[in-house]
Amino acid sequence: MNLDSSKQAIIRLFNVTKRYGAKLALNDVSVDIQPGEFIFISGPSGAGKSTLLKVLYLAEKVSEGQILINGMNLARISASKLPRLRRRFGMVFQDFKLIPGRTVYENVALVLEVAGEKPSYIRKKVMHVLRTTGMEKKANALPPTLSGGEQQRVAVARAVVGDPDIILADEPTGSLDQASARLVLDFLMAYHQKGATILVASHNLHLMESMVRGRNIVLDQGQLVKTSTML
Amino acid sequence: MPMTRYIKKALADIRSNRFLNLITIVTISLSILVVSLFLLFFENASRVIEGWNQGGRAMIYLESAFSPEMLPDLEARINSLGEVDEMQFIPKSRALERLKSEMSSHTGFFDTLKQNPLPHALEIRMKTHGDFQKVAAFAKKIGALDMVESVEYGQGWLARFLKIFSLFRITGYAMCGLFLLIALFITANTVRLAFYSRRLEIEIMRLVGATEAFIKTPFYVEGLFQGFLGGLLGLLILLAAFFTVSSGISQNLSAYVYLDIRFLSVKAMGLIILASTFLGWFGCYLSLKQILK
Ligand SMILES: Nc1ncnc2c1ncn2[C@@H]1O[C@H](COP(=O)(O)OP(=O)(O)O)[C@@H](O)[C@H]1O
Ligand SMILES: [Mg+2]
Repeated sequence: MNLDSSKQAIIRLFNVTKRYGAKLALNDVSVDIQPGEFIFISGPSGAGKSTLLKVLYLAEKVSEGQILINGMNLARISASKLPRLRRRFGMVFQDFKLIPGRTVYENVALVLEVAGEKPSYIRKKVMHVLRTTGMEKKANALPPTLSGGEQQRVAVARAVVGDPDIILADEPTGSLDQASARLVLDFLMAYHQKGATILVASHNLHLMESMVRGRNIVLDQGQLVKTSTML
Repeated sequence: MPMTRYIKKALADIRSNRFLNLITIVTISLSILVVSLFLLFFENASRVIEGWNQGGRAMIYLESAFSPEMLPDLEARINSLGEVDEMQFIPKSRALERLKSEMSSHTGFFDTLKQNPLPHALEIRMKTHGDFQKVAAFAKKIGALDMVESVEYGQGWLARFLKIFSLFRITGYAMCGLFLLIALFITANTVRLAFYSRRLEIEIMRLVGATEAFIKTPFYVEGLFQGFLGGLLGLLILLAAFFTVSSGISQNLSAYVYLDIRFLSVKAMGLIILASTFLGWFGCYLSLKQILK
C-alpha cells in the first residue's frame, strides 16, 4: 500500500468503537477502503460485521472514533443531509427489508423516486435491473409471495438500481443455494467492474473465496483481527 | 417528486387502508353535518327574525290629554326625528271599531261602555328595521316626546326571544367547536394509525434516502383529501335532508305562514369545505409533529 493512497480513500474508519450497552459490537476498528475495492468482511456470527455496515450508512451511530466517507465526517452530517448520504449507498439488508405491501417493481423504483428521478427514466431503469436479475416476470408480485432466493435478488436489484458508488451487502448469499449465490455475486462483480466500491459481509468465507477477488477483513468479537488479499 | 405522484401515492395508501379512511371521512362528514346544520339554522333564523321585525312597525299610544287638533304638530315632531317611513293616525273611535269587529261575539260587552277607553294612536313604520338595537333606540326617542304615552314595537317578547336566541347561538357555537375537535382528534388518530401501520415502509424509505418531506407529503395529501371529502359528504347529506324536509314544510305550512327558508349561501358552503379540508391537514400536522418528535 503506498502512502498517499489513504488520501484517496473513499471510506476511512478511525478507531471506531460501537457499544450496545456494555456489549462491544465494534472494538477500535481502523481501516481505509479505496474506491473500486471489493471488500469482503468475514468472521463468525456476532463478530460485528452487520454493525460495521450499519455505522457506515448511519443506521447506527458510533460510540467512539470517526468515519470519513469521501472525506466527509459522518459525525458532522446533519439530519437534513442524511438522505443525500444514503443515496450514495446501495444496500442489501440481511433481512432484505422489502416493503411487503408493494410490488417488486415498486420496491425497486422507490430508490429512484426518493432521488427525484423522472418517471420515464425510473420505468426504463427498473425494468432493466429486474431483467438482469431475472426478476422481470415477477415485477408485479408482492415480496411475501416470493421465495427467499427471489427476495434476495429483488434486494440486490434495489441496491444497484440507483448506480451507487458504494454497495453494502449484508449476507447477500445467506439464504441462497450455491448456484443462486453465484448469480448474486456475479451481479455484484459486474457493478464492481463498473467502478463501484463493494463491501460484502458474510460468515461463509469459503463460498466467497472461490468466487471473488478482493480484500478480506476478518472481524472477531468486534475487533479487526486480519486483513488479507484474496486472489 | 411531482405533486401528481404524491397524490397517486396518497390514493393508493387510502385504497390499501380503505376501512380506516372510510371511518375518518364519515366522522368528518358527521361533524361537518352538525356544524353546517347549526349554520343553516342560524342563517335562516336570523333572516326570519329580521322578517318579523320587518317594516319596523310600531304603535305609538298617545296620552288621554291628546286631541286630534294636535296631530299636525306631533307628526312634524316625529318626522323631524327622521327614520320614519310611513305614519298613520288611528283615532280611538276607529280603534274601538276594530276591536269590536275582531271580537264580534262580545259586542254586548262593548255596548255597556259609556266612553271609549282606548287611546288615540299612531302607527308608524321605521326606515331601519334590520337592527334591533337601532329600533329600540328610536322607540325610546319617540317615547320621550310630549303627548306620547308609550311605544310598542314588540320589544318585550322580541327582546326576550333574541336573548334566548343568542344563548342558543352560543350553545351552537360551542357544539360546533366540540364536534370539530372530535373530528380533528379522529383525523389525527387515523394518521397515527396509518403511520404505525406503515412503520416498516417508512423505515425502509429512510434507509434508501427518502427525505422527511417525501415521507410526510402523502400523509398530508391524505389528510387534505379526507377533510375535503368529509366536508363535501357532510354538505351533501345536509342538502338532501334540507330538500326533503323543506319541501314537506312548504307543502304543509305555506298556507299559514310565509317562511323564507333557504339553503346555505355559496360563501358559507365554501367556508365549510375549506374548514374541513384545513381540519384534515391540521389533524395530520398535529399527529406527525407528535410522532416524529
Ligand atoms: N441492536 C442491538 N442491540 C444490542 N446488541 C446488538 C444489537 N445489534 C447487534 N448487537 C450485538 O452486537 C454484536 C455484533 O452484532 P452483528 O454486527 O449483528 O454481528 P454479525 O453481523 O457479525 O453476526 C452481537 O453480539 C450482537 O448481539
Ligand atoms: Mg450480521
